Amino acid sequence: MAHVELTVNGRAHRLACEDRTLLVTLLRDALGLTGTHIGCDTSQCGACVVHVDGRAVKSCTMLAAQASGSAVTTIEGLADGERLHPLQAAFREHHGLQCGYCTPGMIMSGVDIIRRHEGVLDEHIVREELEGNICRCTGYYNIVKAILAAAEDYPESAAPLKAEPARV
Amino acid sequence: MYEFSYLKPETLEAARSAFEAHEGARYMLGGHTLLPAMKARLAAPEALIDLAGIPELKGIGRTGGTISIGAAETHFDVSRNSELHAALPALAALAGSIGDPQVRHRGTIGGSLANNDPAADYPSALLALAGTVRTDRRAIPADDYLQGLYETALEEGEIVTRIDFPVVPFAAYAKFLHPASRYPMVGVFVARHEDGEIRVAVTGSGSDGVFRCTEIEAALEADFSADALEGLALDPDLFMSDIHGSADYRAALVPVMARRALRAPGTASIYK
Ligand SMILES: Cc1cc2nc3c(=O)[nH]c(=O)nc-3n(C[C@H](O)[C@H](O)[C@H](O)COP(=O)(O)OP(=O)(O)OC[C@H]3O[C@@H](n4cnc5c(N)ncnc54)[C@H](O)[C@@H]3O)c2cc1C
Ligand code: FES
Ligand code: FES
Repeated sequence: MAHVELTVNGRAHRLACEDRTLLVTLLRDALGLTGTHIGCDTSQCGACVVHVDGRAVKSCTMLAAQASGSAVTTIEGLADGERLHPLQAAFREHHGLQCGYCTPGMIMSGVDIIRRHEGVLDEHIVREELEGNICRCTGYYNIVKAILAAAEDYPESAAPLKAEPARV
Repeated sequence: MYEFSYLKPETLEAARSAFEAHEGARYMLGGHTLLPAMKARLAAPEALIDLAGIPELKGIGRTGGTISIGAAETHFDVSRNSELHAALPALAALAGSIGDPQVRHRGTIGGSLANNDPAADYPSALLALAGTVRTDRRAIPADDYLQGLYETALEEGEIVTRIDFPVVPFAAYAKFLHPASRYPMVGVFVARHEDGEIRVAVTGSGSDGVFRCTEIEAALEADFSADALEGLALDPDLFMSDIHGSADYRAALVPVMARRALRAPGTASIYK
C-alpha cells in the first residue's frame, strides 16, 4: 500500500491506495473529482490533464504515489464558487465545446499555456501547444479562440481564481 | 497494470540496495515510457524504483567546455535552462521539441537515453555531440553507450546519473515528424566540434537505431555548407521501411533534414 499525502485544490489529503493506483484514479475514485476524464488511457488525448505543482501533466501517466508531497489542481479547482475562471467563461462564450469530454483537459492545458507564455499568444502558438490534447468534436477552431480570448485576461487567467499566482 | 510495489529511495546507495533486494525491479524517472508500456502489458516489473528524488540526478551546470545535465531533468527544464541556452541552444531546442507540453513536464533526459528508442530525439544529440553518459559506476562515451534498437551499454542495475555534453561551435537539429506517433520519422543532428570534427547523427529511421551518417560527414568535411549535400544519395539498406515510409523515402529525407539543420544553427526545426 502507498500512503499518499497531497493537496488537491487547496485541501490537504492523506490517503492510502495501491502502489499501482494512477493519479487520475485517485482523483476520480477516492476523491470523487470526476471532472478529470479518462479518454484514451494511453497518454495521447489529454482528457486527464491536471496541474501538479503548477505544471500540466497527464494524470493517467503518473502514479498517485509519484504525486505524494505535491499540490494538485483539477478542473474543479479553477472557479471561485459560482464565478467561472476566465478560461471557463471564454469556452462558454466562444462555444469551445460540444460533447465536453475533452474540455476539462483542454481548459487545464489552456491555463498552463497562458501561464508559460505569460499571456502572449497567437493562433500558431496555441495550436502547437495543444499537441497533447485531442478533441473529436469541435475542429479546435473555437477552442483556440477561447484560449486566445482568455489570454487577454492575463495574469488572472493563468492560475486558479482562488490560488496565489503560480510559478512560471 | 499488474500489481507491483513502488519505492522512492533518496540516495543512490538506497536505490542500488532496493534493486538488489527486489527480483524483477525496474528504475523509473518520468515514467512516460515505462508506465504506458506497463499498461499495455509490454513490461511487468514487480517493483518500480523511482529515482526522481536523488540529488545526484538533478541540476544543469557548465564547467569549462562541458555542460552537465542531471538524468532526472525533465525535457521542459532542459528546454528552459538559461546556461544551456547560451552554450548549446540546439540541445535546449531539441528538448523543447519532444512530444507535447505534458510529456515534456514529466519525461526526462536520463529516461530517454536509458531507453534508447530508435525514434527518440535525444540519442541523436548524444551521438553527434559525442556526449558522455555518467552512471553510478563509470563514464561511458556515446560511441560505446548506444548499441542499437533499445540497447545500451548499461549493465544490470546500473543507474544513469548525468549526461555531459561538450560545448561546440556548431550544432543544429531538424526532424520530420511521423504523422501518427509524432516521434521523428527522420531526425538529423549536425555538430562541428572545437577540433573540427564533424559528426552527423540520424534518428527515427535507421534499421539498427540511431547512427552516424558517414556520407554526409565526408561531404561536410570538404565543404561545411548545406549546398555540399545537394544531390547526395544515401544507401536505402541503412533505413527501415514501414507503412509510413519506405526505406528509399527515408534515405531521401535524411539529406533534406541535414540541409535544413545546416541552414539554422543553434535551433531544432520541426517539419510535418
Ligand atoms: C505521448 C508521448 C509522446 C512522446 N513523444 C516523444 C518524442 O517525440 N520524442 C521522444 O524522444 N520521446 C517521446 N516520448 C517519450 C518521452 O520523451 C519519455 O519521457 C522518455 O523517452 C523516457 O523518459 P522517462 O523519464 O519518462 O523514462 P521512464 O519511463 O521513467 O524510463 C524509461 C526506461 O529507462 C529506464 N530508466 C529510467 N531512468 C533510469 C536511470 N536513471 N538509470 C537507468 N535506467 C533508467 C527505465 O527502467 C525504463 O526502462 C513520448 C512519450 C509520450 C507518452
Ligand atoms: S486519458 Fe490520459 S492522455 Fe488520454
Ligand atoms: S467537445 Fe467532444 S471531444 Fe472535444
